[in-house]
Amino acid sequence: MIAVHGLVKRIGTQDILRGVDLDVARGETLAIIGRSGGGKSVLLKHLVGLMKPNAGEIWIEGQNIIPMNERQLAMIRPKIGILFQGAALFDSMTVEENIAFPLREAGERDPKVLREKVHQMLEVMELQGEEKKMPVNLSGGMKKRVGLARAIVRRPSCILYDEPTSGLDPVVSDSINRLIRRLQQRFGVTSIAVTHDMKNAFHVADRVAYLHEGRVYFHGTPRELEKTNDAIIQDFLLGRSEEQRASGEKL
Amino acid sequence: MIVRLFNALGGAFLAFLQYLGEVVLLAADTFRSIFTHKFRWKLFFNQIVEIGLLSQVVVVITGGFTGAVFSAQTFFQFNKLGMGSATGAVVSVAICRELGPVLTALMVAGRVGAAMSAEIGTMKVTEQIDALRALAVYPTDYLVVPRALAMMISMPLLVAECIAVGIAAGYFIAIFLLEINGTYYMANMVRWTRNRDIIMGLSKAFCFGILIVFISCHKGLTAREGAVGVGRATTEAVVNSSLAVLICNFFLTMLLNIIYPAGYQ
Repeated sequence: MIAVHGLVKRIGTQDILRGVDLDVARGETLAIIGRSGGGKSVLLKHLVGLMKPNAGEIWIEGQNIIPMNERQLAMIRPKIGILFQGAALFDSMTVEENIAFPLREAGERDPKVLREKVHQMLEVMELQGEEKKMPVNLSGGMKKRVGLARAIVRRPSCILYDEPTSGLDPVVSDSINRLIRRLQQRFGVTSIAVTHDMKNAFHVADRVAYLHEGRVYFHGTPRELEKTNDAIIQDFLLGRSEEQRASGEKL
Repeated sequence: MIVRLFNALGGAFLAFLQYLGEVVLLAADTFRSIFTHKFRWKLFFNQIVEIGLLSQVVVVITGGFTGAVFSAQTFFQFNKLGMGSATGAVVSVAICRELGPVLTALMVAGRVGAAMSAEIGTMKVTEQIDALRALAVYPTDYLVVPRALAMMISMPLLVAECIAVGIAAGYFIAIFLLEINGTYYMANMVRWTRNRDIIMGLSKAFCFGILIVFISCHKGLTAREGAVGVGRATTEAVVNSSLAVLICNFFLTMLLNIIYPAGYQ
């Protein structure tokens, strides 16, 4: 479904990605984990053509999207839904208008069909009764759910999640995790979730890729990740800083 | 020292050329989109309201008080030479050819250009433009085309309004406050004001509208670094639009004066 080969991205003088290779099969859920500022979100934005790499290839359903211009990418993008880190809702539109936006842009004009599909999404997201609210009046978790509804209303074959649980309390995070899992089971979509929330990664992922210094450092199942003895990964899993490790060793 | 100076000057010049290139490419992309892609009528009418309708008060006040003060100042000078009744002709031609289009453009740059840049800039820094792109909507089609077309239609109408209000205000000041003979005032004004003066003003309005919309939208689309970046983009949009209007006005005056020469001919 999605294949990334030798992806390199340099921003200014900083090498963000130094040759990322990834393969995601149809229907699979991959969690990309790694430390903050490690290039996870940058990698995700490349997958939908929002950023252009300095080198490398990205294949989506057999098409290399790197040489494509914006107009050509518009043909590929309906296959992919993306949930942005801050939800990126259109703040001049209500919840209902945000969710209906992709349908309207695809040419759907029948108000009855639009209303029906929006209500179906609101039901899946457990947001009934919130359709007339403006994004500014929504909580963080609600914004994420509306963003997710907007991303999947056209039934993409792949969903990308950028930090789906960041900034949310544990209870709301859990409800988002369950929602992601439910979407996978109900629609059978391919999913890629960028996160540094380990609970989120273990809860939703079939496989996990650990991004470190611009490369995929580890790629395997959540169980394999837990069992690995690699110090870098153990530090990340246990939330252990270098100072803590150094002082621990001295003790 | 000298090498560093030339490096700085060269760098600034290249950055300026790159900026001009980006604005021109945005304009080219927009005109291509107008003719080749889906047109969004609702957004277009929203922008007509935003640019045209909601600028009425600003334009009427600008035109009215400029016409009034220009009429008074012209009379004060001309009356010493016994040419008080020529005030109408001077006010009318000046407002049609220069004051109407330039002042309206400056007011629109401040009101509409700033709003465009701030709105698009905020969308940029909050990833709403990325969201548009991810939802297979080309930002130029959705954000720039409706604004550009609305501006191209609204600006000449706003300038026509500014000219009409300016001339009317000048007339009332001249007749009721400065006590100029109304018949002579009108006769001179009609004699010296030609259709070509009005066409020149409206042509300038159209060109200024294009300058303001592309400079402002470009600044919004290239905004970065959060609220500070949006603030900077908004300021630069207004400053650059205003400077572009004033600079281009000189060249347009010289060019259009060849096509529509001033004076009674």
